[in-house]
Amino acid sequence: MSAVAVRRDAAVRIALATADDFDGWRDAARRLVAAGIAPDDVRWGVEGEDDADLFAGDAGVPAAGDGAPALRVSRAFLELAGKAALHRDPARFDLLYRLLWRLRQAPRLIEDGTDPAVRRLRLLAAQVRRDIHKMRAFVRFRGVVDDGGERFVAWFAPEHHIVRANARFFVDRFASQRWSILTPALSLHWDGGVLREGPGAGAADAPGSDAMEAAWHRYYASIFNPARLKIGAMLKEMPRKYWRMMPETRLIRGMIAGARAREVAMVSDGGARFDEAERPESLDAIGQAILGCRKCPIGCNGTRAVAGEGPRDAVVMIVGEQPGDSEEREGRPFVGPAGRVLDQHLAEAGIAREGAWVTNAVKHFKFEPRGKRRLHQSPTAGEIDVCRWWLDGERALVRPRLIVALGASAGRGVLGRTPAIGRERGATVALADGATLLLTAHPSYLLRLDGEARAREEDRFAADLRVAVEILRRG
Amino acid sequence: MPVAGWFGQIGLAMLEMGTYHEHMPADDLIDRLGILADAAKYDASCASSGTAKRNSRDAKGLGSTEGMGICHAYAPDGRCISLLKLLLTNHCVFDCHYCVNRKSSNVRRARFTPQEVVELTLGFYRRNFIEGLFLSSGIVRSSNHTMEQLVEVARCLREDHDFRGYIHLKTIPEADPELVHQAGLWADRVSINVELPTAGGLARLAPDKDAATIAGAMGELAGAITEAKDAGKRYRHAPRFAPAGQSTQMIVGADGASDAEIVGRASGLYADYRLRRVYYSAFSPIPDASAVLPLRRPPLLREHRLYQSDWLLRFYGYAPGEVRAAMEPDGMLPLDIDPKLAWALKFRERFPVDLNTAPREALLRVPGLGTRAVKGLLAARRHRAVRLADLAKLTTSVERLRPFVVTADWRPTALVDREDLRARLAPRRETQLELFG
Repeated sequence: MSAVAVRRDAAVRIALATADDFDGWRDAARRLVAAGIAPDDVRWGVEGEDDADLFAGDAGVPAAGDGAPALRVSRAFLELAGKAALHRDPARFDLLYRLLWRLRQAPRLIEDGTDPAVRRLRLLAAQVRRDIHKMRAFVRFRGVVDDGGERFVAWFAPEHHIVRANARFFVDRFASQRWSILTPALSLHWDGGVLREGPGAGAADAPGSDAMEAAWHRYYASIFNPARLKIGAMLKEMPRKYWRMMPETRLIRGMIAGARAREVAMVSDGGARFDEAERPESLDAIGQAILGCRKCPIGCNGTRAVAGEGPRDAVVMIVGEQPGDSEEREGRPFVGPAGRVLDQHLAEAGIAREGAWVTNAVKHFKFEPRGKRRLHQSPTAGEIDVCRWWLDGERALVRPRLIVALGASAGRGVLGRTPAIGRERGATVALADGATLLLTAHPSYLLRLDGEARAREEDRFAADLRVAVEILRRG
Repeated sequence: MPVAGWFGQIGLAMLEMGTYHEHMPADDLIDRLGILADAAKYDASCASSGTAKRNSRDAKGLGSTEGMGICHAYAPDGRCISLLKLLLTNHCVFDCHYCVNRKSSNVRRARFTPQEVVELTLGFYRRNFIEGLFLSSGIVRSSNHTMEQLVEVARCLREDHDFRGYIHLKTIPEADPELVHQAGLWADRVSINVELPTAGGLARLAPDKDAATIAGAMGELAGAITEAKDAGKRYRHAPRFAPAGQSTQMIVGADGASDAEIVGRASGLYADYRLRRVYYSAFSPIPDASAVLPLRRPPLLREHRLYQSDWLLRFYGYAPGEVRAAMEPDGMLPLDIDPKLAWALKFRERFPVDLNTAPREALLRVPGLGTRAVKGLLAARRHRAVRLADLAKLTTSVERLRPFVVTADWRPTALVDREDLRARLAPRRETQLELFG
């Protein structure tokens, strides 16, 4: 510990003039190398930043003597370093000096993308480059009139210290108009001949509206194709942090909602989309046909349809909601956690699962991707209604005496209306085709409960299954 | 930081004066903008890259172009908005079945005057909304009349307003070659859509168009672009002609063309006309669709696989025949795996590739290694024997690569021969690739 303290006392402190002062870093680094001062003995900072009092100039670094050998570094390093120096990471100047120190002995180290320091340098440079690019893309000028005529003013908050580095781009592009870019750290003003720098500003200092924005908004909303929603792709390139600087992004929520409404509207007129003449004539035909069914959005999500299974003349049909993650993987209904709960209860009630036709109200797995996981999402009423075509087909072919519907979605699949499970469970409904329907909860509901609540619901579920056994016994 | 005093100092006090109301576009103009932008969105291209570098540092003109175009916004369909993409009008005397603007379609019609398009372009550009203009049009009165109007927009922007941003003009192959040539003088990029991959499909679905006419016009543009490039090397002030080259678009899934036919056509187009890009557009059911068309659109994944095969041709050194070899017997690219992996699985004897000794061309064939990872590998192996850990730093998934590579510390055993390799490597599809159509 004491050695560290001594070193810290002996450290050379370098305070650069501004956060983007790459030239200052280069000058100091050249002198430090010439004086043989190792990276561990240097502390880097920026004047006016947090611990500025620590940085009382760079006293102690000798000016590069005339006799010192010229320091040569590759252009590749200088290019990367020039970008990385603009990063907001406080350790950036230290990283640059450490790399420079190593490059003296191993000049080709800079090509080695597997070296951790080189990788870090490349990462910082890439992030700065992206920020520079996004500023060029997302600055939005608003027109105002002042004494000198028309002026275009934008407010933008970049992530890194890139404003000065980007000034040239805006001059090259907009030299013939007068403009200002206001940012939290500084502002740029162009008056047709000279670029001036001013202090930082806030969003409220920029104009609040612009004559062309209504037209731009209409364009933004019209060029969008609602038939291909790819929100992830949009967010990757235009992350939310930029939205406050881009007025058109206020439309996005409505555009997405509109695209989804369009989808739902197409689903709701879906009844006519099945052709009665093509009704499958066997359970195998249904199993085949659902694989290619694209009549609702779930069918189009790239998952595999899961067919019902069991004896073709089963007396009981058990209907769940939809296949889950495990079911979709294995291609069989009720093989995941909820399936195990179901199997256990069926066994306790004395119902042989192998003797029942086990299926789902919806044949495809509806989910929301969350990282590597696929989170279950409930099907909408419209989607269940579309998929009734297949469930109706199974009912007509199996002709069960009893249908056990697990949960509200299954209930809707059988009844065509969404039942209130809490009120209607355990009661039987006589169906038009002569079968009896028994409604109960979905086993996955039990999985979501703990302790007392779980025990209570397990009992209710078991009681409902006893009703089923009773119906079957009555014959 | 105290700001108020400083504003007075530099004359920004006018921010108090309220906003700027001159030239506010009229409601009627905004409505037409909505119609004509909506009608233009079936053209996939929005690229503004690859043109000559220009700037207006001299404070005379307006605008600049760099090597890479800039995407100024993204829409919720994931597409970049770089150019103001418009039709001059969606009135059309042609009756192409796949087109929402065909004569027999029932859509709302509108038109712009060239002056209106010029003002919208300049107004958007000054505010940094766009890189430039992509202008196309339905055919009104005659092909020549329409082409004249398109050229007039570009001329006015360049000559009257000294506009130095990007211009992409869609040219009309049936128009007078002299007019098509003028388009190239003002525009950075010109394009003619071949529309459908086969001449038979074109004859059936676009009765007013003719494959030979399209080919002729593309050939003339290609010749003019080559000549201008050559002249530019000899004479500094030679007139520029479409410095960003020529591109085209094919609609996928509207006729029965297989992927093999499409890739064959595309590689032919690249070779014959030195195209910069061939765009693929998955046919999407359009409002008021023609009864001749399929009711369902092809999966968007098919479009994606075609673009991947396009990349193999252009950046990975695959010959067209090799891309075809990656296809299924029915001439379609597999949808569950990418074409590069499909090719590798068919030509397993080419693997594993030793990452420490193989030439660049062999590295580019490894599924999971992109051009950047290959570049990184070539640099890294000058310093050390590449190990799996190094590979992990250069790529996203080492697991995917394992069966195909040899490193200092890894040699696949019988992995390449496994029957189930395809199933093991095919990505689990987690995102919704096709919405309801």
